[in-house]
Amino acid sequence: MNALLLLLLDSRAPAGAQHHSGAMEAAVMAGLVTDLTGVENFCRTRLRTSARVAAAFAAAACYGAERPGFSALAAELDAEFEARTPSEATRTASRQLGGGLIRLARSVLKGADLDLGAAPHHPLALGAVVSRAGGGPELAARAAALAACAGPASAAVRLLGLDPFAVHAMLARLAPGIDECAADAARCAGQPPAALPADGAPALDLLPDYHLTAEVRLFAS
Amino acid sequence: MHPERALVPRIGIGGPVGSGKTALVAALCRTLAGTTAIGVVTNDIYTTEDADFLRRAGVLPDERIRAVQTGACPHTAIRDDISANLDAVEALEADHPGLDLILVESGGDNLTATFSYGLVHRQIFVIDVAGGDKVPRKGGPGVTRSDLLVINKTDLAPLVGADLSVMARDAAAVRDGRPVLFTSLVTDPGAAEVAAWVRGAVPA
Repeated sequence: MNALLLLLLDSRAPAGAQHHSGAMEAAVMAGLVTDLTGVENFCRTRLRTSARVAAAFAAAACYGAERPGFSALAAELDAEFEARTPSEATRTASRQLGGGLIRLARSVLKGADLDLGAAPHHPLALGAVVSRAGGGPELAARAAALAACAGPASAAVRLLGLDPFAVHAMLARLAPGIDECAADAARCAGQPPAALPADGAPALDLLPDYHLTAEVRLFAS
Repeated sequence: MHPERALVPRIGIGGPVGSGKTALVAALCRTLAGTTAIGVVTNDIYTTEDADFLRRAGVLPDERIRAVQTGACPHTAIRDDISANLDAVEALEADHPGLDLILVESGGDNLTATFSYGLVHRQIFVIDVAGGDKVPRKGGPGVTRSDLLVINKTDLAPLVGADLSVMARDAAAVRDGRPVLFTSLVTDPGAAEVAAWVRGAVPA
């Protein structure tokens, strides 16, 4: 991986990621996650479901961004991702994250026309940005799957006062699963968007909208 | 949009928890609303009480307030990664094309939390006398580098044993000539001097 990719995928890159907990705050509010084991179970559920979908769409967008006719493919991927994201709050959060990455890319990758508009879904933005910075579909998928686990885990550190070393060790235990998820997703690259994975978990679809009803919340999602 | 290319002037209002940032925003709205169309972005724990507080000022309709949830990192959201605040500012600009001024209120943080000039054109740092009269001497970038330092709640000074002359002397020593204003929103609910500074900071 080149330094430009490391820079863009660094959690310190100003793309707005720390505003989002990936439904972790809602899970904590609901009493569903209270400790490190709960965080690990939450992340493993994401890895089997929403992370798998995000990884596949990131890989597909990365593959398509290297080829002619990406605008049309991007519109199709957008519609298919919407269809796989029943929670309105999650769709909004995904576009906020995608928009943050596009804003960053416009500053960093001068002159890069990403063909995605100002606020695409996050996996599409990730795929296109990774492609433009010299990476391939499997890397884009790995970044998407890792973000789907590391984002909520980092939020859990802040919400539950967990030991950050223990949380990073837990994420490291997930690393082989994240790599496997990325390899599976990379095999989806080039397939018709309608054929991409559509896994989901009802709780992950319900929690984000419940989250928006809280009077006090620290995270945007 | 980066401030250099932004049309609507943006002023950041930061400072520790409880120093009176929201009250100052309400006071500025009250004083300036007759001549200035204002939008407000709030950061962090924004309750219906906070919204009521601004609404009661009678000059800031709900649709001109945008709340940013900072993910428990209020300083990051105004300094290191300003993207969510830029989204909020741009949404206000898009929905209200006639705005003359946008106030960005930070979440309550500590003395090291300052705004990026990628987000705002000018920033006000608000401390209060009840936090102790040693605060200006402790410094930190909010006290030393803000464009305006407001020392609030001067009406409480006799009650908490704060020496305003010590605060004025210590602030002057670290601010290299940048202005300091003492306020009490109890005796001056419109924050007249701060409002005058804001008027001067906003092109007519």
